[in-house]
Amino acid sequence: MPRLGVACFALVMGTPLAAHAQEDAPSIDIETGGKLKLTRGVSTIEGQGGGGLTPWALITGNETDRGVGGTVHVTAVELPDYSFLSYGGALGLLDRVELSYTRQEFDTQDVGAALGLGRGFTFGQDVWGAKLRVMGDAIYDQDTWLPQVAVGASWKKNDQSAIVSAVGGADDEGWETYATATKILLDSSLLLNGTLRWTNANQTGLLGYGGNLNDDHELMGEFSAGWLLSPDVLVGAEYRMKPDNLAIAKEDDWVDIYAAWAIDHHVTLTGAYVDLGSIATFETQRGVYLSLQAGF
Amino acid sequence: MRTAIACALSAIFLAAPAFAQTTPPTSPSEEEVDPYTISDANAGANPVAGRDLFVVFHGHEGIGRIVDDLVAQVQADPRLTEIFKASDFVRLRRTLKEQFCYILNGGCSYTGRDMVSVHADHGVTTAEFNALVEILQAAMTREGVAFSAQNKLLAKLAPMKRETVTR
Repeated sequence: MPRLGVACFALVMGTPLAAHAQEDAPSIDIETGGKLKLTRGVSTIEGQGGGGLTPWALITGNETDRGVGGTVHVTAVELPDYSFLSYGGALGLLDRVELSYTRQEFDTQDVGAALGLGRGFTFGQDVWGAKLRVMGDAIYDQDTWLPQVAVGASWKKNDQSAIVSAVGGADDEGWETYATATKILLDSSLLLNGTLRWTNANQTGLLGYGGNLNDDHELMGEFSAGWLLSPDVLVGAEYRMKPDNLAIAKEDDWVDIYAAWAIDHHVTLTGAYVDLGSIATFETQRGVYLSLQAGF
Repeated sequence: MRTAIACALSAIFLAAPAFAQTTPPTSPSEEEVDPYTISDANAGANPVAGRDLFVVFHGHEGIGRIVDDLVAQVQADPRLTEIFKASDFVRLRRTLKEQFCYILNGGCSYTGRDMVSVHADHGVTTAEFNALVEILQAAMTREGVAFSAQNKLLAKLAPMKRETVTR
């Protein structure tokens, strides 16, 4: 009896440890998927997980804290005098870290000819980004007002160094950092986001960084709100403040209204009506934004 | 396996006196559970204000249909087979109905265990928690509960992820 007791004790005590050890042994078991639809955000024109014009604190990809995920996107904006294209990919690690690369191309169409650059002159830019989620949970922390918060940085390099100089831009490459907070108020089916960006980019850097009016980084506020109509559809609006560094052309804040539709867990389609204001002296650049994002 | 059961029983016998304060309600079709203290606080959330949401969920009958649907889908979902492997589905249906009814301010008492105890041994992941959310959303939609009303219940359930997801 005592012997059986000891054996039993050893078994009871040992089993969880043994099970634990067994679980730990083949520990390289990276999961994919698991996020609820839309909760990875869509892809911004600069490649981050977020809205269309401003990043969110949500991390891209469908992964949870146990896995990896990723997204690719292509976004087109058709404006009266310009057309804009961005495409790129982003990686989400453990729903904690996001790494992104995006290529931006800004076609000046007839404006290029008018400015003596040649018809269809295109500014191109590479955008490298990293984002770290630092606290909170936008989705599950419904019993507190605390949002999910992330900090991020981008490094951008413009192809058109000579033209950037000619329009008064101080630099053809630049960096920016930001802090962003996202809160989903499930009770009201609302998503709210606020971002503070430290930047000196002219038209996100497509016209360079810093200029003859101001060369320093400044703090810019960006805000977005969305209303969840179903698990698959979010409609809302965004506002993005922007610097105004170039004497040659005033730069306006950006605003849009959008609808994002998660067709399934992998593909999200976003449409928006954007008002990008004055760009390189051509006023009232309002048009249609379309973005396709696919991911795992 | 038999040894393990014998050991488990002795472990229960040894551990039981420490928290045996109330005998939980059981029905003949439910498996026995260790004694625990019955309290509405075990439900993991305070009820919503007012009776409106309970009505939108079609009262006891609606909650009953949603939970039956939910449990049926859970049993059929390969993503959740592992964590519900050892579950007493009769008891799960009863306590989930009580929990939803209590949280929707339908005047029920919750007699189940608290969220930490219930999920302690299940090793639930975020992905599995989310799978359950999707199944519940589908069940509420089939019951004809508006999405905005669904979210009011989900807002009460969401913070339970902290107690539920253990790995």
